[in-house]
Amino acid sequence: MNLTSHEIRIGLAGAAVAALAATLPLFDQGYYLSISVNIMLYAALCTAWTLFSGPTHYISLATAAFFGLGTYSVGLWINHLPYPVLVGIAALVSASLAGLVGAATLRLSGVYFVIFTLGLAELVRQLVTWAQAKFTTRMGLYVFTDMTEEHIYWMLLALTVAVFITGWAINRSRLGFAMQVIGNDETVAKHVGIDTARAKIVLFMVSGAFIGIAGAISAPRYAYIEPPSAFNPMISFLVVIMALLGGTKRLWGPLVGVVPFTIVMDIVSARFPNHTSIVIGLAFLAIVYFIPNGVTGLIEQARAKWQARQTAVGEEKAA
Amino acid sequence: MEILVTGILLSGTYALIALGLTLQYGVARIMNLANGETLVAGCFVAFWLYASFAISPIYGLLIIAPAAFALNWAIYRFALRPLVNRAKNRGMLEVDSILATFGLLFLLQGLMLLSFGGEYFSYTFLAERFVLFGSAYGLNRVVAFAAAVVIALALYLFLYHTRHGTAVRAVAADPTSANLVAIDVARTAAFAFALGGALTACGGALLSTFYTFNASMGVVFTMKALIIVIMGGVGDIRGAVLAALILGVAETAVASLIDPGLTLAATYTLFILVLLFRPQGIFGRQTT
Amino acid sequence: MTAAPILSVNRAQKKFGGLIAVNDVSFDVKQGELLGLIGPNGSGKTTMLNLISGALKPTAGEIALGGKAISGLAAHHIARRGVSRTFQLVRVLPSLDAEGNVMAGAVFGHRRLWGEEARELAHRLLERVGLAGKAHAPVAAMTYIDQKRLELARALASDPRLLLLDEWLAGLNPSELKIGISLIDELRHEGRTIIMVEHVMDAIRTLCDRCVVMSSGVKIAEGGVAETLSDSEVIRAYLGDDDA
Repeated sequence: MNLTSHEIRIGLAGAAVAALAATLPLFDQGYYLSISVNIMLYAALCTAWTLFSGPTHYISLATAAFFGLGTYSVGLWINHLPYPVLVGIAALVSASLAGLVGAATLRLSGVYFVIFTLGLAELVRQLVTWAQAKFTTRMGLYVFTDMTEEHIYWMLLALTVAVFITGWAINRSRLGFAMQVIGNDETVAKHVGIDTARAKIVLFMVSGAFIGIAGAISAPRYAYIEPPSAFNPMISFLVVIMALLGGTKRLWGPLVGVVPFTIVMDIVSARFPNHTSIVIGLAFLAIVYFIPNGVTGLIEQARAKWQARQTAVGEEKAA
Repeated sequence: MEILVTGILLSGTYALIALGLTLQYGVARIMNLANGETLVAGCFVAFWLYASFAISPIYGLLIIAPAAFALNWAIYRFALRPLVNRAKNRGMLEVDSILATFGLLFLLQGLMLLSFGGEYFSYTFLAERFVLFGSAYGLNRVVAFAAAVVIALALYLFLYHTRHGTAVRAVAADPTSANLVAIDVARTAAFAFALGGALTACGGALLSTFYTFNASMGVVFTMKALIIVIMGGVGDIRGAVLAALILGVAETAVASLIDPGLTLAATYTLFILVLLFRPQGIFGRQTT
Repeated sequence: MTAAPILSVNRAQKKFGGLIAVNDVSFDVKQGELLGLIGPNGSGKTTMLNLISGALKPTAGEIALGGKAISGLAAHHIARRGVSRTFQLVRVLPSLDAEGNVMAGAVFGHRRLWGEEARELAHRLLERVGLAGKAHAPVAAMTYIDQKRLELARALASDPRLLLLDEWLAGLNPSELKIGISLIDELRHEGRTIIMVEHVMDAIRTLCDRCVVMSSGVKIAEGGVAETLSDSEVIRAYLGDDDA
């Protein structure tokens, strides 16, 4: 493996940011830690989402389904299997579901995919509720562990770092190159020998696995898991908004959206609980009409304009 | 038999909602994910008219349909047309319209939650027994079904036997060619979008006569309508009606034979079968 | 030449609903041969090419590459077996540079190179088609002929057993045309097997060993270029339809 000096610099900067973020629980154990766990959760979810939806432009609303399966994997077997194994199971189960959904819809146009994933969390919720009512006597599951908020925070941070490293590795791989070609022209992609459907399905499975792991990590936070909270469709929508708000062209783009929007949603749900839907609606509309390429897109545009003006000025001086 | 009749009665309203969506997607090329909110709005207005002014939901349609038409026309004209104009290709418009209608979905839902709260609503309208083939059904369901059939027939006559309706179908088939034969595509698209909204709102008003509704149930109906539209083939009127029948019966069968909590699972099973075997719809033909 | 054909098309048919675009067409292409596929507009040439490259699946009939059936396979499978193509309306990958465009052909196709190997091949091919020094140029800003050259380099990058050129010479001005024709001629002398769909008759006369003529979806003539073009049915098919 040969890294360019540019890549090494970015890697070091990323490591420094991650290390700095890791020290946060040392300063506060209360409100700030709790909101930081939320931010870290959405950071992991949004980057994992962007792994797939960034290059393909397919809008996935399956996040809640994968996340819920992750929490359920932990809830069901926490008394029987060691926790790390459960995280692995969560990844496997979510990836399998992603594979099935992908196989059914990713050969078709984007609309079918959105519609399918739109109802997916609700479908899984119905099935889980039904199975619980039929085969067990209780409606929920208790998850008792000795894990604290700090532990969860650190695990989510590690997960986010893992998503970044995976994203970087994919970009350097055949799969990443294939996605670039597909993003340019799917017809050409097929005719140079790319199995476009397979490439998309694989990527969706990787993304789904990470989201499932995020669910597994979050499970101890809830203590009591029941279908409506585990498969809360709001998670899917929030992830889409935050990722698009930040911008999905780069893997770090979503982070720009995650931090402010998690804080905004925290304030809104605490003070104006009846207005959450309206805020989400307005956020969607704002993204479509004002910042279609996300905040990072705006910054890049401004920079390109500035550079163009600089060169123009330079040329004028030369002339 | 009872399942079949209940399913068919239910499918009448489903068909109206799906016809609304298929007009919007097939003609105006906007996948309107806020369609279910139009439906819920129809429910609430019908309820409000009935509770406050004692206007029967059937007569209420005369108010609801034009209002929904105007509202949806405005949405298309001011919110969606700019997206159509800026889109460089079909894929971009698809993503933009999905996100924009998501925004509308939450906005409308939030406004309705603010005005009506999250509780379930229902009212008593024609809650009498109506005996059909030896079993009793709610008269309200039968009346809603009959009204849906009348509206769907009127739509059919309009689309297939009037000049304006032919223009709408032409735009659905091929906007570029329609433009060449001097059809104002932009106006027709706006008209179809508005008409679609009116149909959906009528479906909502009829649904409210026999169904408990609340402000946040729109998404589920959007899902059902979308699946019906895809099953029937985008823009296909006959297909949508047939698909609505299939879905209504399948849902009723699963709800009464297996578990009422699994209706969405039934819908999805149908959806997956369609996607795997006939992604172009029941009557659809593979395009060249 | 008695060697087994590289490509054999056996009674291929393609229907779109009621319209038959290609009807019962058969022909063979031998190793190292340059076959011209010609005919008036709408005669089904591009559809035929799409059947071979897997963009469309034939309704009936069989197409075999090196004796193995490829008809009905997905386009990417056919590409990996060694069929590459250019497109009637040039298709470059705008967000990649020239090098990346050509590498796309090398990485996923018949040869599946990766890393430095693919990069080196891309540079050799860019030089080969006359784009030396433009490896990192933005392709969207390239001239039409340069984009066509780039597409050709991408198609060659997989080292295809069969190369399909869909009106590759169309839209070039006379001096560019001369360059284009000599480029294809060089490929032929390297021993490439090529099918070219073309309207430029000069090119067909200069380049092709044989040609197949299609009209209204059926093959109306096949053979040496000179005698085929003087065939009375071929002349009838062209007159009034297309005066190329």
